[in-house]
Amino acid sequence: MSISSAKSGGTGISLALDNNFMEPIASTLVGSGGVGVIEFLDIPQTYKHLQIRSNVRSSTANANFTFQVNGDGGTNYSNHNLYGTGSAVSAGSGTSETAGYCGWIAQTGSTANAFGGGVIDILDYTNINKNKTIRSLCGSDLNGSGLIIMNSVCWMSTVPITSLTFKVSLGSGGFAQYSRMSLYGIKG
Amino acid sequence: MAAKTGTYTLIASNTLSAITTDITFSSIPATYTDLVIVVNYKAYGGSKYLSMRLNGDTGTNYSRTELRGDGTSATSQRLSNEAYAYLTSIYAPTGDLGTFIINLNDYSNTTTYKTILTRGNNAGTAGVGANVNLWRSTAAINTILLTALGSGYDVGSTFKLYGIEAAK
Repeated sequence: MSISSAKSGGTGISLALDNNFMEPIASTLVGSGGVGVIEFLDIPQTYKHLQIRSNVRSSTANANFTFQVNGDGGTNYSNHNLYGTGSAVSAGSGTSETAGYCGWIAQTGSTANAFGGGVIDILDYTNINKNKTIRSLCGSDLNGSGLIIMNSVCWMSTVPITSLTFKVSLGSGGFAQYSRMSLYGIKG
Repeated sequence: MAAKTGTYTLIASNTLSAITTDITFSSIPATYTDLVIVVNYKAYGGSKYLSMRLNGDTGTNYSRTELRGDGTSATSQRLSNEAYAYLTSIYAPTGDLGTFIINLNDYSNTTTYKTILTRGNNAGTAGVGANVNLWRSTAAINTILLTALGSGYDVGSTFKLYGIEAAK
């Protein structure tokens, strides 16, 4: 299929986006006092992919930005990651984990007003024949410390994704006021 | 600036017909949730990096944490208190296109410092990279300068600014 006729000069991604193939599903802005988790429930099954965009900060001394799918707290997650600390590059992996790992975010005690950004893509999330793959780019720079990370998570289930629960350090932390997360659906 | 028409909307676009040093997106509407800039450029006059200033801020209020692979090794570096947000050490040498996707999430809020997430790619020479930059300001972003810092972006380079609007 040729795409050149639809928008001259457009790249594949901008072509799709210019044609409103991406739609907002839900968004949350954390209020005073913070929250323990950020949840997206009853996710429509009418899109091909999902994207979550975030600007978040931990309200505790924990900085690991994690998630669970469909409330699954079993050891059904694995991940591979590549990250830079500002002085070294490292790669890590994990198997049989109880949550997916997105990245590292600013936390209590970090530079004031600094948050961590993230773009998380969940591909073919309604498919009943595939385990689900989630990829993310997340990072926080704190003018003297920080981390940038690319992550791939496998949720070993063929069940369609209907809910996402984001946590800090598997629920031992929370999200600070002014944290924002937004969920979008991408048509296929 | 174009009127807002959808969730992921093209706000402004610039395809260079002449060698240009500075690309400026000004009067950016505050009505979106996030901004995304898609850049496909080649440098004129050498290996020039893609650098950013926000709202005309020339102070040393920018910092970065960087990850890069050049085909031989992987490196990470950090620089603080810079006068520009350097959006990766991935560059596009003369005649060698590089592609960059730059995310500015929650750009219009007035309570947090602004984080910039960038993925940069140049298959020919420079490699691949990811950057996180911090702009230490709580001001809403209304102007973005992309600069080649003394050299130029070559003819045919493209710069597109998109706005993403979250659910209300």
